[in-house]
Amino acid sequence: MSEVHISERTIDTTAEAAALSGLANAGALVTFSGICRRDEDGSPIAALFLEHYPGMAEAEIERHVEEAKTRWPLLGVRVVHRTGRITPGETIVFVAAASSHREAAFAAAEFLMDYLKTRAPFWKKVERADGSADHWVEAHDKDDAAAARWRKPKDAAE
Amino acid sequence: MMKVLYFAWLRERIGKAEEEIDPPASVVTASDLIEWLRGRGEEYALAFNNPKIVRVAFDRTHVQPGAKIGGAREIAFFPPMTGG
Repeated sequence: MSEVHISERTIDTTAEAAALSGLANAGALVTFSGICRRDEDGSPIAALFLEHYPGMAEAEIERHVEEAKTRWPLLGVRVVHRTGRITPGETIVFVAAASSHREAAFAAAEFLMDYLKTRAPFWKKVERADGSADHWVEAHDKDDAAAARWRKPKDAAE
Repeated sequence: MMKVLYFAWLRERIGKAEEEIDPPASVVTASDLIEWLRGRGEEYALAFNNPKIVRVAFDRTHVQPGAKIGGAREIAFFPPMTGG
């Protein structure tokens, strides 16, 4: 099973987690689900529309999965991202990391999410519940700051 | 000739997702290409009205605006990413 999967299909988080929890020596499994909120900036939303750059999005995530494997002793990793129209309560992204112990699994899952948010080419558009014009979500500086803390000293100058 | 891709609001403002272009030899870097595209029409001027926030990828790899196009075959322009 490929570690990175992007599609318009609903994400079955239970099945995704089960695929990793059975790994031999997996004493820790950390999973993260990013869920479509019911409102954005105080206004109810009808849906989010997720656009991506096919090919590059997979490549960027795979590159960071490989990076995570060099940093932590991981037994399994899975990153699933949905595209297309997603309604409140549905899962947008799912990240799972399995390891023998919890420290590596927690760190790797957080590292993957932080990089995915700032480096993987996906864009969100908000469809408001009141029918007003759709708008694109703006990037947050706090996401850049979250990704920056994982940089190693040698590339801190970049 | 090179293939250029536009995503999210850049795609909407320009009115197309991709096109083949043949810029002059004076276009060397990603920034040069943005300047050249801006001169192609109102829709491009609107899309690239704030070039500083536009992100660029050559052959599906992130690059800085000053990066030389060289032999890149697929050049993508997009806003800062908001996935996850």
